[in-house]
Amino acid sequence: MGGLQKKKFERGSATNYITRNKARKKLQLSLPDFRRLCILKGIYPHEPKHKKKVNKGSTAPRTFYLLKDIRFLLHEPIVGKFRDYKVFVRKLRKAYGKSEWTSVERLRENKPTYKLDHIIKERYPTFIDALRDIDDALCMCFLFSTFARTGKCHVQTIQLCRRLTVEWMNYIITSRALRKVFLSIKGIYYQVEVMGQLITWLVPYQFAHDHPTDVDYRVMATFTELYTTLLGFVNFRLYHSLNLVYPPKLDGKAEAELKEEDEEGYAMNSESYSEKLSALGGSLARVVSAGEEEEAEVDQFPVEGEDMEKMEAREKEQKELEAQKRLFEGLKVFLNREVPRESLAFILRCFGAEVSWDKSVCIGSTFDVTDETITHQIVDRPNAEKQYINRYYIQPQWVYDCVNAKILLPVQDYFLGVTLPPHLSPFVEEKEGDYIPPEKLKIMALKRGEKSAQEEEEEEEEEEEGEGEEEEEDEDEDAEEDEDEEEEDVAEEMNLKKMEKQRSQGKSLSVKVTPGKVKAENPARLEQEEKAEEKRLAIMMMKKKEKYLYDKIMFGKKRKIREANKLAAKRKAHDDAEKVAKKKKAKKQ
Amino acid sequence: MRRKEEQRENMSKAKEKSVRKRSGEEEQEEEIFSFSSKQPAEEEEEGGEGGGRRGGRRICPTARTACSPAWRILGVTVRRRRRRREEEEEGDVKSGDEEETAQQGAPSVLKEQEEEGGEKEDEYENDTSDEEDIRNTVGNVPMEWYRDFPHLGYDLDGRKIYKPIRSQDELDHFLDKMENPDYWRTVHDKQTGSDITLSEEQVALVRRLQSGRFGDVDFNEYQPTVEYFSRDVMLHPVTNRPADKRSFIPSLIEKEKVSKLVHAIKMGWIKPRRVEDDSRGRYYDLWASEDSSILARHKMHLPAPKIPLPGHQESYNPPPEFLFNEEERALWEQQDAADRKLPFVPRKFSSLRSVPAFPRFVHERFERCLDLYLCPRQRKMRVNVDPEDLIPKLPKPRDLQPFPTTQSLVYRGHSGLIRSISVSPTGQWLASGSDDGSVRFWEVCSSRCLKTVQVGGAVRSVTWNPNTAVCLLAVALDSRVLLLSPSLADRQVVSASELLLSDKEGAEPVQGAESLVTWSEAEGEELNEGIRLKIQHPKAVHQVAWHAKGDYLASVMPDHSSHLQVLIHQVSRRRSQNPFRRNKGLVQRVSFHPLRPYFFVATQRSVRIYNLLKQEMTKKLQANAKWISSMAVHPGGDHVICGSYDCRLSWFDLDLSTKPYRMLRHHKKAVRGVAYHRFYPLFASASDDGSVIVCHGTVYNDLLQNPLIVPVKVLRGHAVSQDLGVLDVTFHPSQPWVFSSGADATIRLYT
Repeated sequence: MGGLQKKKFERGSATNYITRNKARKKLQLSLPDFRRLCILKGIYPHEPKHKKKVNKGSTAPRTFYLLKDIRFLLHEPIVGKFRDYKVFVRKLRKAYGKSEWTSVERLRENKPTYKLDHIIKERYPTFIDALRDIDDALCMCFLFSTFARTGKCHVQTIQLCRRLTVEWMNYIITSRALRKVFLSIKGIYYQVEVMGQLITWLVPYQFAHDHPTDVDYRVMATFTELYTTLLGFVNFRLYHSLNLVYPPKLDGKAEAELKEEDEEGYAMNSESYSEKLSALGGSLARVVSAGEEEEAEVDQFPVEGEDMEKMEAREKEQKELEAQKRLFEGLKVFLNREVPRESLAFILRCFGAEVSWDKSVCIGSTFDVTDETITHQIVDRPNAEKQYINRYYIQPQWVYDCVNAKILLPVQDYFLGVTLPPHLSPFVEEKEGDYIPPEKLKIMALKRGEKSAQEEEEEEEEEEEGEGEEEEEDEDEDAEEDEDEEEEDVAEEMNLKKMEKQRSQGKSLSVKVTPGKVKAENPARLEQEEKAEEKRLAIMMMKKKEKYLYDKIMFGKKRKIREANKLAAKRKAHDDAEKVAKKKKAKKQ
Repeated sequence: MRRKEEQRENMSKAKEKSVRKRSGEEEQEEEIFSFSSKQPAEEEEEGGEGGGRRGGRRICPTARTACSPAWRILGVTVRRRRRRREEEEEGDVKSGDEEETAQQGAPSVLKEQEEEGGEKEDEYENDTSDEEDIRNTVGNVPMEWYRDFPHLGYDLDGRKIYKPIRSQDELDHFLDKMENPDYWRTVHDKQTGSDITLSEEQVALVRRLQSGRFGDVDFNEYQPTVEYFSRDVMLHPVTNRPADKRSFIPSLIEKEKVSKLVHAIKMGWIKPRRVEDDSRGRYYDLWASEDSSILARHKMHLPAPKIPLPGHQESYNPPPEFLFNEEERALWEQQDAADRKLPFVPRKFSSLRSVPAFPRFVHERFERCLDLYLCPRQRKMRVNVDPEDLIPKLPKPRDLQPFPTTQSLVYRGHSGLIRSISVSPTGQWLASGSDDGSVRFWEVCSSRCLKTVQVGGAVRSVTWNPNTAVCLLAVALDSRVLLLSPSLADRQVVSASELLLSDKEGAEPVQGAESLVTWSEAEGEELNEGIRLKIQHPKAVHQVAWHAKGDYLASVMPDHSSHLQVLIHQVSRRRSQNPFRRNKGLVQRVSFHPLRPYFFVATQRSVRIYNLLKQEMTKKLQANAKWISSMAVHPGGDHVICGSYDCRLSWFDLDLSTKPYRMLRHHKKAVRGVAYHRFYPLFASASDDGSVIVCHGTVYNDLLQNPLIVPVKVLRGHAVSQDLGVLDVTFHPSQPWVFSSGADATIRLYT
C-alpha cells in the first residue's frame, strides 16, 4: 500500500471544466458582461462526457465551460474595456446626480469604445473560415436592416447593417454567385456559392416587425456588433478579390445615367448615393477598368486516379453552371409597383437581366413602362388594365421557379390570374425512396428536354410508375410472407382435419378421387422467400447491441417509407377530389 | 467691443419694447378697472328713459376680482365701442384709419395702445365714473354675511349702503316671469341687491362665449404672427444703458472654475478630450497575411450546426399534400412546442402579395442566438452503418441439411393438453401423456394411436427406457411414478422387460428413503393395460428421467422447503434413494449424463453437475436466466442447453466456462422444452409462442473450436390456447425428425 490516498475530483475531466458562475468569478465580470464576452469571443458551454464526474458527484444541472477557454478569456483586452465602461457608467451617474452638466458632457465624449478586429482575426484565422460562418451574420444583418429606426436598437447599427447588406448583394450580383432562392412563409431564402462555400440566408418580407417583449434585444445587438464587423471585413476582401472599389461606387456609366434623374427628392447627396446603391440597378466601379471580362480558359488537368467519366461529369456540371449564370440574359424586365422590388431586382440582375421599375417606387429606374423593348413585366394583381402585346405579364413566382429549375420555364403557367403551380423548395434533395412531388418530376422531365406536348401523358405514366414503386415498397415494408405461409398452413390443416374427421366418423370412407390441382410454383418467388427466411434467421442470431442498432435503423427507414406513402396517398386523394370537382363543373356547364 | 455694444443696444431695445408692452398691458388692466366706472354711463345713454342713476349703480366696482373673464372682456368691448362712438361724434378723420386697423387685429394693437397712451390724460378727464359710482367697500366677502342687516355694505365715506326695498314674493316673481318679456335676461346682483337686465349686445356676448368663441366679434384669431425678436440685428441698441463694470473685469467665479479644472487635470481626474477615432467603421484586408498557426483552441472548437434548410412545407405555395388536414392540425395544436415535428403550420397563399409577415421571425433569430452562445455543445459520432452489414454472415441453412422443414403428420386423439412426449429408442413408437389422464401410444409412421392407457390423473412426464433390450415407459402423474410395459415390441424384448420388473421378489427393502417411497405392483385391470409397477412418492412428481443404461430412474418433486426433491430409483432392485442431503433451490429438471456417471440438476437459476461416483458437485453452471424450464444434455455429454421462462435458450460448453457460451433469444415467449438429436447436429426448442425453432449446432472434437450454432428453421403449426403453445419437443432417435406436443391437444411431426 503506502502513499497518500488519491483524492476524488482532483484530476481528469473534473479539472478540465469550470461552471459558469466560477468562470464569472474568475473573470470578475457581471453576468451581462460575461455573456457579451462569450458572444464576442465565441465561447460556448461544453457538454462533458461524464457529467457526474465533472460535477463532482452531483447530478444538478449545470453548464460547463472548458477551463482552457476561460483562461484564454483572461487575457482578452476587451475585458479591460468592459471594466472601463463600468467605471464610466458610475461616473456618469454621479455627475447626473450632482447635475454637473459639463462633466456629463465631458464624460460622454470620453466614452470608452472597443474594436473587434482582433477578435475576428482570432476567431476566423483564414478567410474561408469566416465565409463558412457567415450565414448567421447575414441573417442577422438582413433582419436588423429591416428594423424601424425607433427605439429597439441604435440607428447607426441599422444604417450600418443596411449598408453592409447592400454591399453584399452588390457583390453577389457582380460575381453572379446566386444559386437558389426560395419563397417561404418566413421570408425569402437565398443560397449563393462564394469561393466554393454554399452560403444561405433568410430575408424577412418587407413589413414592420411587431417587436416581441420576450426577446432580449441586448443579446441580439451584441451579436450584430460582431456580425457587422465580420461582414464588413468579408465584404472588403470579396470586393478586392473582384478588383472592385470598396466602399462600392457605381460604374461611371451607370452613375451618369442616374445623375440625370432628379435628385431634389433627397436632402443629402450621400444619402441619395447609398439609396442608388441599394437600388441594385447599376454595375460597380472597378479598380482596374479592365476590358470586358477577359476570361482565361481554364486548362483541364486530369487528376490521377480519376477516370474520364468523372471528369466529363465535372465538365458538364461546369457548363450547366455557366448556363445558369446567363439564365436571364437578354431579358428586359419591368417590375410593377406591388411586387417585392429589391428581391426581384437582385435575382434578375444576378442572372443578367435588365431590370427597371416605376420611378415612384425607388430611385434608379432605367426605363419606363412604355418601353417597347420590355420582354417581361412582373405583375402581382388579378389583372392589368393596359397591356402591351409584345411582352409577357407574369407573376413573380416565375422568376424564382426559373432560378431553381435552372431553365426558363414556360410562362403560360404564370400568367395573370392563373392558379400558380406549387412553389417547391430547391433545398430538398430526394434520395431513393423519398417522396417526390409530381411537380418536381415534371420540371425534371422538362429539363431532360422532353416536349411539353407530351407532358400530360408522361405525367400519368409517372404517376403509374410511382404507384408501382409504392406497391413494391409496401411489400418490402411489410415483409409478412410468414403470414401468408401461416395461412397456407392453416388451410392445409383444415383440409387434414376434414379428412381426419371423415376418417374417424366411420370406416365407410367415401372413397373418391378428386382431380388434384397442379400448384404453379414460381421459382423466383420461392427463391425470394428462401432468402427472406435466411435473413430472418440470421437476424435472430444477432447480438443484442447490434440488434438494437439494426432495429433502430430499420425503424427509421420504415417510418420514412410510411411518411412518403402518406404524402403520396394525400396527394392522390386531393387529385381525385379535384378531378371530381372538375367533372361536376363540366356537367353543370 | 463693437459687437458687445451692438448687443447691448439690442438688449436695451428689447427692454424698451418689453417696457412698452408692459405699459400697454397695464393700460388694459386699467381699462378693466375703469370698465365698471364706464358701464353706468353707457347704460345711461342706452336706456335713459327708466334706468336713471339707480340703474347706473348696478355693477359694483369691488366685483373686479370676482369678475369672470367674460365680464372683463365684456367691459373691454363695451369701452371700445363707447370710445368709437365718441370718436364718431367728434368726426375725427383719424377714426376711419383706426377702425381699419382694429379690424386688422392684433398687429395694430400696439399702435393703438401707444396712441391710447398718448390720450391717457384725456380719458381720465372725461371719466366721471368716480363720482357716479357708489362703491361697496366690503371687499370680497360672502354677501350672506349681510343677510340679516338692512344694509349691504359701506361706501367710500363709510356710510351704509342700504338694500333696495324688495317686497316681491313668489307670486310677484311668477307674475314677473309671465309678464315681463325681459325676465329671461334679468340677473340678480348680490352686491348691490338689484336686478340687472342685460342688453341685446351683452346677451349676444354671453352666447358667443358659451359657444366657445371669442368675445370680440371683430377679433381674428388666425392673424399672422409678427416676430418682434428676429435674427436680424437691429440698427439701434434696445437700451441706452452703459456697460456694467463687471463686463470689463475678469470673473472670479470663472477663475475658480478654471483653477478647479486645472487641478483636476493635474491630478489626472480629468482626461483631455479624446481624439475622434474614425477607424471603427473602417475596413481593411484583415486576412492579408494568413498565418496557418492554428490556435490550440481551434482544435477543440466545435462549430455550431447550421440552421436546417427549409423543405417543401415551408413554401408559401406548397403542393397540397404538404398542407395539414384537420387531424394533423389538431395534433399540432395539441402537441407541446418541443414535440412538434414542424415549428409552424404550412400555409398556402394564392399569390405573393397576400403573404403576411412571419410573426415569429424575430423570435426564431433570437433563439438561434441563444443556441449559439448558451447551448452546450458535444461532439457526437453519428453511426453510419449499412444495416445489412450488421447481420452476421452465417452458413446457409441449405448447406446444413438435413433438418425438419415441413409438418408431415399430426397425431390427434388427446382431449387435454399434452405435457410430455417420448419416442421409443427404436424410433417406431411415440408415447404421450396428457392432462386428460391418459397415456397414448402412437405409431410414428402412420400417426395411428395403438393404445390408450387410462392412468387416472394428469400426466406430467413420460419417458421411454433408453435401453433397447427392454420396452418400458416411465410415467409421472400426481405423486406416483408408473412403469408401463406396453408390449409394443417383439416377444423377446417384452419378456425381457417383464423379467426386469417381476424379478424382484427377493429384493430386500433398503432403509433410508425407502420409508418415503412405496413400490407396489399393479393388479387386475391395470395389469391388463400394461401397468406393472407403481412407485408412490410423498409429493407430486414433475419429471422422470432414465439413466442411459435403463436401470436407474430419477424423479423430481419440486419443493422449496425440503431436501427431498430428487429421488433415484433402481428398477431392477426396486430400491430408491435420496442423493442430496441439503436443499439447494427449487429443482426443475434432472438428467443423467449419457456416458459418464454425472448427474445434472437444474434449479431455478443454475445447473449443478454432480459426480455420482465421488458424490460431490463438480460444476455449477450459471444460466443467466430467471427461471429455468427445461434442460437437455448433448449426446456427447459436453454441452448442455437450458430453456427458461424468460424466453432464453442458453448453450453451455462445459469445457469452456460455467457461463453460457451463447444466449439465444429467438422466442417471443417462455421456452417450454428443449431437445438434442442423438446423431445429427440439431437441437430444437419449443415455446409458448407456438413455434419450434430448430437450430443446427455442430460440436467439434477439437477443443479450440467453439460450437457452431445456426438457426435453420422456424416450425409453426401449433395453436396457442390459454397462453400455452408448444409444451414439449423431442427428436426421432434416428431420423432428422422432430415431434412437438402442444396445448391444442395435438402432436406434430416435422420432417
